[in-house]
Amino acid sequence: MTDTTNSYNMPDERGHFGPYGGIFIAETLIPAVEELQTAYDQYMTDPDFMAELDKDFQHYVGRPSPLYHAERWSKELGGAQIYLKREDLNHTGAHKINNTIGQILLAKRMGKTRIIAETGAGQHGVATATVCARLGLECVVYMGAVDIARQALNVYRMQLLGAKVVSVSSGSKTLKDALNEAIRDWVTNVDNTFYIIGTVAGPAPYPEMVREFQAIIGREAREQCLTQAGKLPDALIACIGGGSNAIGLFHPFINDTDVKMFGVEAAGDGIETGRHSAAICAGRPGVLHGNRTYLIEDDDGEIIETHSISAGLDYPGVGPEHAWLNDIGRADYVSVTDEEALEGFHALTKLEGIIPALESSHAMAYTLKLAPTMKTDEIIIVNLSGRGDKDMHTMAEREGIKI
Amino acid sequence: MSRLETVFADFKKTGRKALIPFVTAGDPNPEFTVPLMHAMVEAGADIIELGVPFSDPMADGPVIQRASERALAHKMSLRRTLKIAAEFRQTNQTTPIVLMGYANPVEAMGYEAFADAANKAGIDGVLTVDLPPEEAADCAALLNTHNIDQIFLLAPNSAESRIKKMDAVGSGFLYYVSVKGITGAGHLDTADVERKLQLIRANTKIPVAIGFGIKEAETAKTISAFGDAVVVGSALISKVEANLDNPEKAKKEIIDLLQSMRTAMDEQV
Ligand SMILES: Cc1ncc(COP(=O)(O)O)c(C=O)c1O
Repeated sequence: MTDTTNSYNMPDERGHFGPYGGIFIAETLIPAVEELQTAYDQYMTDPDFMAELDKDFQHYVGRPSPLYHAERWSKELGGAQIYLKREDLNHTGAHKINNTIGQILLAKRMGKTRIIAETGAGQHGVATATVCARLGLECVVYMGAVDIARQALNVYRMQLLGAKVVSVSSGSKTLKDALNEAIRDWVTNVDNTFYIIGTVAGPAPYPEMVREFQAIIGREAREQCLTQAGKLPDALIACIGGGSNAIGLFHPFINDTDVKMFGVEAAGDGIETGRHSAAICAGRPGVLHGNRTYLIEDDDGEIIETHSISAGLDYPGVGPEHAWLNDIGRADYVSVTDEEALEGFHALTKLEGIIPALESSHAMAYTLKLAPTMKTDEIIIVNLSGRGDKDMHTMAEREGIKI
Repeated sequence: MSRLETVFADFKKTGRKALIPFVTAGDPNPEFTVPLMHAMVEAGADIIELGVPFSDPMADGPVIQRASERALAHKMSLRRTLKIAAEFRQTNQTTPIVLMGYANPVEAMGYEAFADAANKAGIDGVLTVDLPPEEAADCAALLNTHNIDQIFLLAPNSAESRIKKMDAVGSGFLYYVSVKGITGAGHLDTADVERKLQLIRANTKIPVAIGFGIKEAETAKTISAFGDAVVVGSALISKVEANLDNPEKAKKEIIDLLQSMRTAMDEQV
């Protein structure tokens, strides 16, 4: 481990994490991100804003979320003590709300009246529709037609909350195409519209801003671990779609260089099949959706369709900070297949009575591999980024059950 | 003098405005594009914008998105787009070609390799929608050493400071996006364009092309008075899409539209 992370202060003032990040966007959006950067810089040091954010975290989201010692599962695996950071217990069922609460407070202060978002699993869409309902703001959510079919429950939730869900049927009809369409909306309605991006991607300042809103996960987990176990954890595990739940957990530990970090990408049918979503493990650097990062692309730089059983991980890129943490060796990026994720799903459900989201199940699957290799007095914190209610249809269908 | 400089210098004397058709390379098939480029020049095009198909065209409306999809279905790529340009250059050494596309195919090829290949293919300018000056320095410098202009954009919401910035970094021409929105958008306000162009003109001597939302001859004529060039894209590609079973008919309709624009714009002079 080099010293680089002891004084970690990425991104630089232009939103770069080494060669990654930046603002690769059309000219019409430049004033919008400049306006956002100004507001972000102003309010993140504004005590009133931070107090309002804290209050909402506590009373609306239900924070702090518990750090739960999964004793039975730990014993079963016979290795490290597994602690679950229970983001699944947040209002709306995932970590996504930490970010939408933060961004909507900014949007309100910036006087924006219309909110747009993209969504894959529908969790970010639901979290956005939720905060819009609460503030009475117009909300439009873009969602790929494939995802609309596999996350029907969340579509209905968004509609109940008053959001308009727009089906996107261009390209692969999944998350990346929803992002394209949201960007097209943003460029068209830039004056009154705030784009709530759901992960640590997009042009600066989004990767940093979303990280700061999600870092509550890691700040709490660090303190809880010290209180409950009397020491820091030895390893952190989180699944990686764009990487927001992972960076939220990782970031507050980044200078604790003895704490290992594992980001788990979706290997889908297996990396060797080409049907996966493992951008860092199997991609290479390129530019998409406003930033430079690892992408799944062909030799001509065309983006390749991805696959994962979990809609929330089915994306060809990854947040630029993860690209950087990979390159400097501060975090390790690994992948698990759909099949392995299902094992993780069942393990947690049967042994701990907690049904995880399919996204989070990828983190569970890697826990199945890592924990047995560690000593019983060592600690892993796994981010349980969301609950599995939304995935009941996918699971039932896979097991041939009609519900 | 570069080919782009020559076009605009000649027109400065005559008052004529440049007509710039945009077509996606390889749409609806790879064989269609080179003959179309020559025919467009004959119909009065002064510069050709050649769209590089991309899997995720975030700044484009449905018409150009579908053009990209059709071209990609034929395995069109940045490299093959350069081949098309090179083939056109074999018999036309004067009409400038500007590539228009997204950053990632260029990133994948590598800036150095791209600048070299583009120069060899006879490319004059490169407009990369998602590469604003903030991120363009490396690429622009390499293109410039290969005698290619990096074309930058201005938008209706670009402040005066931004125009000054483009004046400092830009060359060839500046592309004024005449509506807030995506290509093919339908609500062009000519009075807005006129006002904005006054502000742009007051801050730069670089020629200005105006594009987005220009669909027929009358608008082309009106708009051409405010800048140095008019870009027409989706309106042409709609002709391709309307005649997928008959590309020759598509070509004829494209030529007819360009000729009517040419005639109308020349009345303005
Ligand atoms: C429960 C859950 N976890 C993880 C993700 C992946 O996103 P990220 O990598 O930004 O945390 C999603 C996205 O929809 C999700 O719903």
